[in-house]
Amino acid sequence: MPKKPELLPGTLDMLILKTLARIPLHGYGIALSIKRLSSDVLTVEEGSLYPALQRLLVHGWVKAEWKMTETNRRARFYTLTAAGRKQLGAELSQFEQMITAIGRVLSDANEEV
Amino acid sequence: MMNIITGFLRRVRIFFRRERFVRELDEEMAFHREQTEKEWMAEGMTPKGAHYAAMRQFGNATKLKEESHDVVAFQVETVGQDVRFAMRQGAKNPGLALTAVLILAMGMGVSVAIFGFVDAALLQPLPYANPNRLVSVNESNISEQWPLSYPDYLDWKRMNRSLSSLEVYSQAGYLLRTHGVVEPVHAARVSSGFFRTLGVRPMLGRDFYPDEDRPGGPNVLLLSYGAWLHHFGARQDITGQTVDLDNAAYTVIGVLPRSFSFGPGSNAEFWVPINSFSPHEKMRNFYNFSGIGRLHDGVAVETARAELAGIAKQLLEQYAIARPPNLSAASVVSLSEVIVGDVRPILLALMGGAGLLLLIACVNVASLVLVRSESRRREIAVRTSLGASWGRLLRQFATEGLLLAGVGSAAGVVVASWLMKLLARIVPKDMEANMPFLGGAGLNAHTMAFTMIIAFLAAVLLAAAPVLRLTFQRVRDGLSDGDRGSASQLWQRLGAKMVMVELAVAVVLLAGAGLLGQSFYLLLHVRLGFDPGHLGTVRVMAPDTAYKDDEQIVGLQREIVRRVSSLPGVESAGLTSMLPAQCTCATDDIQVEGRPFQGQHNEVVERHVSPEYLSALKAKLLRGRLFSDADAAGRPGVAVISETLARKFFPGENPLGRRITNEEGGKPSAWEIVGVAEDVREGPLDAETWPAEYFPIQQTGDHDFSLAVRTRQEADALLPELVRTLHQIDPNLGISDEMTMKEQIESTQTALLHEFSAWLVGGFAAMALILGVFGAYGVIAYSVSQRTREIGIRMALGAERSSIYRLVMREAERLTGAGLAMGLVCSLGASLLTRSLLFGVEAWDPTTLVCVAVLLGLASLAASFLAARRAASVNPMDALRSE
Repeated sequence: MPKKPELLPGTLDMLILKTLARIPLHGYGIALSIKRLSSDVLTVEEGSLYPALQRLLVHGWVKAEWKMTETNRRARFYTLTAAGRKQLGAELSQFEQMITAIGRVLSDANEEV
Repeated sequence: MMNIITGFLRRVRIFFRRERFVRELDEEMAFHREQTEKEWMAEGMTPKGAHYAAMRQFGNATKLKEESHDVVAFQVETVGQDVRFAMRQGAKNPGLALTAVLILAMGMGVSVAIFGFVDAALLQPLPYANPNRLVSVNESNISEQWPLSYPDYLDWKRMNRSLSSLEVYSQAGYLLRTHGVVEPVHAARVSSGFFRTLGVRPMLGRDFYPDEDRPGGPNVLLLSYGAWLHHFGARQDITGQTVDLDNAAYTVIGVLPRSFSFGPGSNAEFWVPINSFSPHEKMRNFYNFSGIGRLHDGVAVETARAELAGIAKQLLEQYAIARPPNLSAASVVSLSEVIVGDVRPILLALMGGAGLLLLIACVNVASLVLVRSESRRREIAVRTSLGASWGRLLRQFATEGLLLAGVGSAAGVVVASWLMKLLARIVPKDMEANMPFLGGAGLNAHTMAFTMIIAFLAAVLLAAAPVLRLTFQRVRDGLSDGDRGSASQLWQRLGAKMVMVELAVAVVLLAGAGLLGQSFYLLLHVRLGFDPGHLGTVRVMAPDTAYKDDEQIVGLQREIVRRVSSLPGVESAGLTSMLPAQCTCATDDIQVEGRPFQGQHNEVVERHVSPEYLSALKAKLLRGRLFSDADAAGRPGVAVISETLARKFFPGENPLGRRITNEEGGKPSAWEIVGVAEDVREGPLDAETWPAEYFPIQQTGDHDFSLAVRTRQEADALLPELVRTLHQIDPNLGISDEMTMKEQIESTQTALLHEFSAWLVGGFAAMALILGVFGAYGVIAYSVSQRTREIGIRMALGAERSSIYRLVMREAERLTGAGLAMGLVCSLGASLLTRSLLFGVEAWDPTTLVCVAVLLGLASLAASFLAARRAASVNPMDALRSE
């Protein structure tokens, strides 16, 4: 079985926050959304999703409430809070800096090779 | 910061709603699984296959739940790890852990035990209703034996507006006859509202009626719980029974509750209303009744004092009673002051001593922990480079400190409860009789709270020491163990400071113990003016119903002296109204005949003695003669005076032939001075010698007196024979307190209190000495171990062993010297604070201070020498190779 690429460490929180920034979703919905948007490249393991959600809750970046799904099932929906939006911004800019830096290093390295 | 707090609060909320949290998580995950199943089914799987696939993808649900929970839970798991690790650390070095726990347990145990007593005596309220409104009321505060006269009491009670009630009590002794056996018992006479004022109700029967203390009132009595138990077998039907006291029938009207005690009344067993009076007691200047009052709400002690002083002055003027201007007219102080005032300085000093011991113990353990953390530098460095966070490391060390403090405190509580039992048993019995609540010292809410507080402080100290230490350390230095970075030096300085503190504290405690021990020794060897060896004593009470007139009582006294003197082994025997070295009580206000009287207060000790008494004591006659049988009742009054009285009232004169006058038995009397004797210490050992006058007992007719018997061998062997003989003379005599003179002296409250504090502080000092020396050894040994390589190099380069000794000892001398100097200064301050406990020795007694300094200095240097020898015996090659 071919191994799927793993998430970069530390990016899961950001992905969840970004997903929730568009629309409140339940846990399954978040996993599904990330999978679809990344065209099946990124798979969020349930083993990391739920601990991550609890962490976000404790930080106060998301809030949770029980609602009905379109199929009339009870599910816990997560919503981004104002603090979460701020956090998302911070993480995004940090991530971008990181990507740019990595990109520079990689392009430099390529030239030398 | 806000985030941390709100995060913390959210965690707390989840902590309290764990079940709901788990339930919600379960439901959420079940939903997720179902959705995944549907997804698989949509891709064409069978329902069963989809179910399993979903389960597989989801993995171990329990583990997942735990992981989610860990995110939000407190870090219990890692705390558990820390504790386990700390315990492993302890187990790896059991000697160190055990030593640390033992030292802590000892320091905490002693502090908690002493605090238990301080709490029982000073912090917990007296066992009466609203005890802080109770006051002790007396005429004067200068001489403690100056209570109220009965007429003054009645006037004060009638005229004052500050007190809601004013009552009096007076100690008394009766002969109790039960089934033909006579025994003397402690009693107290009280005015009828006494127990109502204290807020004490009898547990059986009733209190006195308000009119039962009128003259001619009924013979009724209240029993103490102890008397009810011991004399009457705790009979429920005791009320209404009659009891024979001094051959008079008293009706028992009730029994006082078990918890009741009243120290100032010597814990009387029988309580009777004051309703019959001796001729003296009707006099306005016969002061025999101590007052207690209850302040009206909102009235301060000072207000009451001022008001009563005004009333007293008015009465003094009205009845033309002279009183020296230096004496207050009225004394009103809080009752608790009277009851616990005596032990307060001792308990506070002991608490101070225990606190110092705790300090030295904590410093010692902290330095042990530091030494330990020093040798763990490598471990710390490795853990740091493997990614242990700073906080994680700090938490690890804090946990170790907390664990140590926790185990030490638990052991300390065990030590404390044991110590309190031990101390309760050796508390002087007089002190306990006055303060029975001391027996109640034990592990209660107060002591436990105190334990918690000091345990917390110890934990902070023990956790902070290595944490601070770590903070200063540059972690990377630790990786190379041979490094002598700034860290070791810093520790060495810190360690050296700790040793100085330990030595200083040890000096304070040793000096305190030395001074208290010396006080105790001096007290027991104070000049008595008589020979206490080979002297047996016994107290005799003759019922005044059987010995009605002076002739009968004098006959009894002559018979006692004659029979006892002829016992084999007896050299001589004499009688006195009160034995020496007990108390300054029984005083007299005298005037010198033919000398103008301007209202001076001439208070002297008054004793009534038989002709043989002073010679039996081996008191020295300076001039004139002692009494003889010829100085009989009805003959002119004669007196022997003490040297101090002669010096005070007849300076440069010959007192022989002069006459002193007083009001004896309520009528003016004159006494011709026939002799002057060297001072006999009549009052307590630590009090200054009062002037004393002796009257012939046959001219005063006492029914309550003591027998002093000079024996050839040890006196205690003769005591049973003495009691037998007295009973043969008259089985109705009340015989008590048979003991040797030495026992009498050693069992006085003064001697016992001094002994008690000397032994306790001595114990503290011994422990402080051991800990201080131990600390000095530790620091020197550590510093030597850190310099092994340096020493090896020096020796390899040809340094003599002696120079190595010098190298190490110089440091030890510097430390010891600084510690001692600091300690000497502090101990001066400490002994000045506890000066009231000292007797015959100054707080700055140079001998004590020098001895302490020499002792501690030698001990500390000896310990350092052992460490130095280890350094000097280092093989240079080994030392160099060791790293």
